[in-house]
Amino acid sequence: MTPSPGFKVLRAVGFLLFAVYFFVPLLAMLDFSTQVRGSAPGRTWDNWAFMVTDEDLRSSIIASLLLALFTVVLMVALLVPTMVWVRLRVPRARGLIEFLCLLPLTIPALVIVVGISNVYSWVTYLLGDNALVLTFAYVVLVLPYAYRAIDASLSAIDAETLSEAARSLGAGWFTVIVRIIMPNITGGILGAAFIAVALVLGEYVFASLLHFDTLPVATAALYKSNGPAAMAAALASMVLVAALLVGLTFLSRDRHKQGASS
Amino acid sequence: MVVGAFQDAEGRPTLGNLDALRSEAALSALRGSLVLSASTALIGAVLGAVLAYLIVSLPSQNLLRRSALAVSGVLAQFGGVVLAFAWIATIGPVGVVTQAMSDWLGADVYGDGWLFGLPGLVVVYSYFQVPLMVIVFTPAFDGLRPQWREAAVNLGASTWDYWRNVALPLLTPPFLGALLLLFANAFAAYATAAVLVSQGQPIVPLMIRQAITSEVLLGQANLGFALALEMIVVVSVVMVGYNLLLRRASRWMR
Repeated sequence: MTPSPGFKVLRAVGFLLFAVYFFVPLLAMLDFSTQVRGSAPGRTWDNWAFMVTDEDLRSSIIASLLLALFTVVLMVALLVPTMVWVRLRVPRARGLIEFLCLLPLTIPALVIVVGISNVYSWVTYLLGDNALVLTFAYVVLVLPYAYRAIDASLSAIDAETLSEAARSLGAGWFTVIVRIIMPNITGGILGAAFIAVALVLGEYVFASLLHFDTLPVATAALYKSNGPAAMAAALASMVLVAALLVGLTFLSRDRHKQGASS
Repeated sequence: MVVGAFQDAEGRPTLGNLDALRSEAALSALRGSLVLSASTALIGAVLGAVLAYLIVSLPSQNLLRRSALAVSGVLAQFGGVVLAFAWIATIGPVGVVTQAMSDWLGADVYGDGWLFGLPGLVVVYSYFQVPLMVIVFTPAFDGLRPQWREAAVNLGASTWDYWRNVALPLLTPPFLGALLLLFANAFAAYATAAVLVSQGQPIVPLMIRQAITSEVLLGQANLGFALALEMIVVVSVVMVGYNLLLRRASRWMR
């Protein structure tokens, strides 16, 4: 059915209204972040440079990036072997693993913090008061998303045949997982890693309530003393995350194309 | 945590924390949370469904359609500190829109700071609720097969008949399901509210923050546990309803 001209006009107006609602706040942020401090006229990029020059902000950015890296590494190291093992050797446990991995999605993050705060006083006592100990909490937080991404790509390959072939040629389980299965599910692992990075860079609940200085916490604190610079930092992290997520959609589309051509 | 909800500050078992849930402050926070979640879920669901319909009405290879879906995917994840900032920059005391409106129209958008109270949270939460609705609901629209419409038209149905008797009954379960999902999403959101609202505890998550970080009133951590338990109860009820509706919806969406 072809839409009538009247509907087309209505549709264009509708899209325009939604676009205004969604993009004006972002543009306002850009505008705000280039203002000179103290409402003086003129434009400046100093607030963007502040991200690198300010000691506190820089260290929080580094902490957040390291946190993202560690979370991804730990997540892959934990999740991939477990999922492969469950799929090949104990298929009965699959429902349990799925339930456990999707659980953090249904429980509000705030509730998890309340529950975990006692545990964390021990963790900081044993490992030192460093923002990087948040890695453990973040791995739990990204589990649902990572699980789905990896599970989808693991279902797409014939893991059983691959591992049986490798085993009959004399490969151990380590070789099977690292050199046979993992290269075949790169797409899923990359997708999981992208989402994990995006979540960790924006995560505020855990970090603020457990008192660690990650990028969002530092930005929120900075806003009280230097608004425009905080806006710049927030917008920068937003752009980075958006780029990651858009990259993710392209990644999944490429995978579809591969599937269609083969 | 569940154990903590039934203990007092010295670790003795008690039901006092649950009594505290019935206090005026806790009840008004719960009411605020429910009103906020319900209103943003409703606004988000209706606007999101409209936007989803606009998107679906475009041909499937259209660039606008694909980019609108991609942008929705990004914006639905977009919450927390950044979102709060974006709205402060827009309609905060010195926000861009606030200034433009007062320069051009002499209107005072900022008012007496409604952005930092419950009404402000409704506007701000809708910003991520609408894209989430688009993502959740677009598949339902896509699942409406053109054949069904052709069949209805062949049997003499008008456009109105088709929407009233075929499309609407098919779309209702997924719509209600999405509504519950949005409700849970708004109910659990914390970071945006934490940055926007610095005084008072209009909603439950902020009250939990006060209970577990307060330095003025010590020994309230267990009240925090009780409040958290209350949140779990609400969310589980919503999630059970969601799963029931999902089962009902999947009957036709194959």
